[in-house]
Amino acid sequence: MPQLQELNDLVLQVRRDILRMVHKVNSGHPGGSLGCTEFFVSLYFEIMNLKKGFDLDGIGEDIFFLSNGHISPVFYSVLARKGYFPIKELDTFRLINSRLQGHPTTHEGLPGIRVASGSLGQGMSVAIGAALAKKLNKDPNLVFSLHGDGELQEGQNWEAIMFAAGNRVDNLIATIDRNGQQIDGATEEVLPLGDVRRKFEAFGWDVFELTNGNDLEAVIAGLKEAKSRTGKGKPVCMVMHTEMGHGVDFMMHTHAWHGKAPNDEQLKIALAQNEETLGDY
Amino acid sequence: MKKYTDQGKNDTRSGYGDAMTELGKTHPKVVALCADLVASLKIQDFIDAHPERFIQVGIAEANMMGIAAGLTIGGYIPFTGTFANFSTGRVYDQIRQSIAYSGKNVKICASHAGVTLGEDGATHQILEDIGLMKMLPGMTVINPCDYNQTKAATLAIADFEGPVYLRFGRPKVANFTPKDQKFEIGKALLLNEGTDVTIAATGHLVWEALLAAESLEKEGISAEVINIHTIKPLDEKALVKSVKKTGCIVSAEEHNFLGGLGESIARTLAIHHPTPQAFVATQDTFGESGVPELLMEKYGLDNNAIKKAVLEVIRKK
Repeated sequence: MPQLQELNDLVLQVRRDILRMVHKVNSGHPGGSLGCTEFFVSLYFEIMNLKKGFDLDGIGEDIFFLSNGHISPVFYSVLARKGYFPIKELDTFRLINSRLQGHPTTHEGLPGIRVASGSLGQGMSVAIGAALAKKLNKDPNLVFSLHGDGELQEGQNWEAIMFAAGNRVDNLIATIDRNGQQIDGATEEVLPLGDVRRKFEAFGWDVFELTNGNDLEAVIAGLKEAKSRTGKGKPVCMVMHTEMGHGVDFMMHTHAWHGKAPNDEQLKIALAQNEETLGDY
Repeated sequence: MKKYTDQGKNDTRSGYGDAMTELGKTHPKVVALCADLVASLKIQDFIDAHPERFIQVGIAEANMMGIAAGLTIGGYIPFTGTFANFSTGRVYDQIRQSIAYSGKNVKICASHAGVTLGEDGATHQILEDIGLMKMLPGMTVINPCDYNQTKAATLAIADFEGPVYLRFGRPKVANFTPKDQKFEIGKALLLNEGTDVTIAATGHLVWEALLAAESLEKEGISAEVINIHTIKPLDEKALVKSVKKTGCIVSAEEHNFLGGLGESIARTLAIHHPTPQAFVATQDTFGESGVPELLMEKYGLDNNAIKKAVLEVIRKK
């Protein structure tokens, strides 16, 4: 099990990766990626039971689905740092002939990705299908998924949320990134989501809130708590409050950096706030 | 001219249901999903025999497509079942991203396609589904013609790796192809050899094409009839070979002329062997309520319409 310091180093390095990736191609989504860095590092380096190597079926290991595919920079960085593909390949993000497409896909055969995502609201259904396959295979491992909060405006989610409770899909842990922001502004201004926890509860899920999704130890504790709630007849939802753009002062407290890359000067300032720990790619 | 006999009218959807019963026994990885239309899709026997491999998703087709995609991750072969309208147009983006682009081994099985759905009317009668599905990269599109062939096609796609759209219908129609036939995906079937015109038909229109050919023979016109059960990949060789002999072609389908089999044939022939073509299809219109046979007549989808198209296209040779 890695020490907390090692995980903290990873968090800093992943943030640098995210910033450098989006800066290079002057596109991509740094805000949500930075906000979910602690979550991804915790999941892949501390929480999930993972086999060596990668196969699509993921039998005999925990598997993860990213529904809000636009935060691909954090996903790619963590997969590379975990050893799914060469770290150097992060340098090809969003470039022609790359396996690191703007949004994650299986189409180019990138290890670590099990379904395409980007068009929002589809990931929970896929995660439920994979969780049902695990039950049919008598595979005791879990399925994790991450969803943006704005993404809950897509109706398919509520079909999936109703199904998962009604069919006791209790080997699924869906995390909602409750950063309160979406492209056009605050979620509560664009289309109010209201009380996400109570909505999931009303549908029959076991739900809890994690108030500081950018505190590494809190995220690890939250995911452990989520795991302890599985296998009890209800799907588990962790409503994780994060700050979009976390770790870069000028990217926080605004939706402005949802899908905008920093320029040269902004990158310099942002990197200065995130020390190089494990070596830039 | 070869004679085909109706072995007794049956619905193509029953061919699907009966094949699912067999697959339940022979293919332990086959899973059936349904969006609140079990009786319409004729899968009750499968459900009774394998309740653990049946997933009732309720009236939530988008979720059904996503769950199907997820089930393949873990090695299952999901067969989704609902009407063609709700299997395609309603869930196009779910199919596009989670199934087609993701390369998932999902079988999208769609009943009640076309105007022969009948009395429920245009809200349920999709005439655009072949076009929608064939445009997706990597999607195989199959439209069998009768009960026996739908059963054979359903069995065949279970052993085929990749996403498939299997389209069939509601009404009882002539069942004339061999029982227990081997179904070869992508292989057109030459039903009747002829020299004056090629009739390339799919789905319910294949029987109508045979009736038209019989009638044309009495008028001294020799029609070659080809059953195009697989629209994608299209058996281009069979089509080119036929029109090289006959010099003209009629395509026939229960679908809009835009985006259907006819356009796939026109494209093929434009590249390989430009040939006069007539299109028996709906003319960029929605359907309406009514008895299936009368709708087929009104929308120009029966053997009389095929015969008329033949007489027109022959003049263009």
